[in-house]
Amino acid sequence: MMPAEGTSAAASDPPSQPAPVVPRFPPGTRVQVRDDWPERRGPCHIRTPHYLRGRTGTVQRLLGCFANPEVLAFGRPAPRHELYHVLFEQNPIWNEGHPGDEVLVEIFEHWLEPAEATKEAV
Amino acid sequence: MSAPARPDSPARLEALIGALKTKGILTEEELTARQAQTDRASSEIGARMVARAWLDPEWRRLLLSDGSAAAEAMGVSMAGAPPLGVLEDTPQRHHLVVCTLCSCYPRAVLGYPPHWYKSFAYRARAVRDPRGVLAEWGTALPEGMEIRVVDSTADYRWMVLPLRPPGTEGWAEDRLTSIVTRDALVGVALPQVPSPTMAA
Repeated sequence: MMPAEGTSAAASDPPSQPAPVVPRFPPGTRVQVRDDWPERRGPCHIRTPHYLRGRTGTVQRLLGCFANPEVLAFGRPAPRHELYHVLFEQNPIWNEGHPGDEVLVEIFEHWLEPAEATKEAV
Repeated sequence: MSAPARPDSPARLEALIGALKTKGILTEEELTARQAQTDRASSEIGARMVARAWLDPEWRRLLLSDGSAAAEAMGVSMAGAPPLGVLEDTPQRHHLVVCTLCSCYPRAVLGYPPHWYKSFAYRARAVRDPRGVLAEWGTALPEGMEIRVVDSTADYRWMVLPLRPPGTEGWAEDRLTSIVTRDALVGVALPQVPSPTMAA
């Protein structure tokens, strides 16, 4: 069974609103995706791919603010959250692949933490 | 892949539409307008946006900075549609679009996604082994070109602006549009100039 395409806000809702002047993670910030697995705790809807949990990447830019799909999926009023485009090296994720190849992914701010230097070195 | 329609599906759809109308959430006019818009959407729109970007630097800037505004300028209504982002290929970088979570696709400018785009195989492999996937498509990247896989996980929809192939110098917009295929617009293929023997 295919999941429905996307979980964007209702058609009447504007898709985005002006981004805040100073994002928490400006372009170039090293960030770590939270190593969290809500799917183990019960029913949920998550737009953060499993292969990126705990991974470190670099913020490319803030894309805007969008209704939180994790709340929207259950038909509840969904507050808007900052959505970033985050760039990851492809090779360390899979321990295979071509050096220099990358993956660019939309990730909500509440899934991101500042990367710690020690974790980056691992 | 989506399951075949069950016999009770049409009746269920009619009941749903009826309920939406009764509750004042949807009108017949809105439904008709959306159906017409969906039917009009095809990858020729995206192809023309690319061809125009190859010819017009100002249009290229608009396309890359605000894909939704560019689509609107092409006569595509983006009201209620997710914002469109456009990814610029360079001689050093090739983009490949996938949605590992479901099947997010820039429908407003490419129409319905092909079945393979929604398959588990493509979604799982494009993000892990993009070079293997491209090789199976017969898409050979020049030496030294890196791949940036774009996993369409949330609220944007992404389209690729491929490199204009050599051998198309002096071509007009219509002719350029004809070589930008649906597959090139998500990065599994590259625009190809037909060989002289093929050109009728």
